Amino acid sequence: MKKELITLNINGDDIEIAVHPWRTLNEVLRDQLHLTGTKLGCGTGDCGACTVLLDDQSVSSCLTLAIEAEGHKITTIEGLAPEAATENDLENLTLDPIQESFIAKGAIQCGFCTPGMIMSGKFLLDHTPNPNEAEIRAGLSGNLCRCTGYNKIVDAIADAAEKISPTK
Amino acid sequence: MSLPQFTFLAPTSLSEACALLEKHQGKIKIKAGGTDMIVRLSHRAVKPDFLMTLKKIPDLNEISYTPDKGLKIGALALLREVEISPLILEQAPMLARAAHATATVQIRNMGTVMGNVCNASPSADNIPSLVAMNAIIVASSGKKEREIPIDEFFLGPGRSALQANEIAVAIKVPKLAANSGVSYQKISARSKVDIAAVNIGALITLNEEGKCKAVRISMGAVGPTPLRASLAEEFLLNKKITDETLAEAGRLAAEDASPISDVRASREYRKLMVEVMTTRALKEAAGFASQRVVKCKSS
Repeated sequence: MKKELITLNINGDDIEIAVHPWRTLNEVLRDQLHLTGTKLGCGTGDCGACTVLLDDQSVSSCLTLAIEAEGHKITTIEGLAPEAATENDLENLTLDPIQESFIAKGAIQCGFCTPGMIMSGKFLLDHTPNPNEAEIRAGLSGNLCRCTGYNKIVDAIADAAEKISPTK
Repeated sequence: MSLPQFTFLAPTSLSEACALLEKHQGKIKIKAGGTDMIVRLSHRAVKPDFLMTLKKIPDLNEISYTPDKGLKIGALALLREVEISPLILEQAPMLARAAHATATVQIRNMGTVMGNVCNASPSADNIPSLVAMNAIIVASSGKKEREIPIDEFFLGPGRSALQANEIAVAIKVPKLAANSGVSYQKISARSKVDIAAVNIGALITLNEEGKCKAVRISMGAVGPTPLRASLAEEFLLNKKITDETLAEAGRLAAEDASPISDVRASREYRKLMVEVMTTRALKEAAGFASQRVVKCKSS
């Protein structure tokens, strides 16, 4: 069956790409565009490892057809720190405040859930700049982590919130 | 797992969509948000030749309200949109609570209330409050529309009263009568994210003496379709709302429930929870009714 030529706007760039209509956004990002920061976990929308932003809304890329992402603004974990994604210049690495907080607070262990957690954290802080702990936990409730026990991830989001929108 | 191959259809009008549905009968599936359909495709639970999205049909995502016609929720209104819509929070906050209780943040940003209803799962989060509020499903064949009372919409697990050439286009929710209140209660192992083990929707209207003038109770995940708690409803009519009458209503609701044991809960546990949560739902609904307010905070 024929592939269709579509244009995906990913992290600010328009990318023309031929896709089969049954390919998910997750498959196209990872397998065709090699943007492997976005993970594939369960493939059924339960674990959140594949979370990306579509028009600034957090969605499961494993349940999104790539063909239906055309015409929307796609943001992946690579888009949060564009410098780091394109150059391998660790000296001048500029990260998103949420990424910095994840490192500072020890919220990363194996790292598999981290991109999805950070994208969910970004969606949360975009809408709720100063969340309390319950709001942080609710905001991350669609993302599973098998290592950290979540506490340090919650700390990291709270830390990032304070940096982005200081309460004092 | 990769999805099975299909031809993708993206009609831009309802009449075009219904014509495609008719043309490819038996070989076509519809998707809106896709959060259930893509999983079913992935699991090979369905293998349609054609997958048709409704997303390109304009105006299907509208949420509107008029005092005479009540609320109207379009087929493409997202769970998240219903969760935060000022109109819904003002007119039917329990619909917002039910949408909020559905799945994860990401799923709510993709999935629709109508999709949750049309999948006709007995445990669907958004059904009991809609049944309690006596909603109407508007179905279109492209040429004409018909209104299906929600009590007649569910035929069995995954089976609805929609004809093969029909698309459900909107949910109509009548304006709440004076001195009425609604509640939605859910219990599941993993809080919101998980599918409900039992869920209850209840609507109570009180008369001037504080007696029950009208009541509708819907029980989810305790039968092949969402069930009405008829014994409890008949018992409560014209009775004063007290802790005792509400406890008895809960007990009678459990009598009407016919749950199975499965991975989420045993039959016995479900029966007990129907009793507890029906009483809890009625108490909250009666509380709102007596305050003459329909507002609530979604939890």
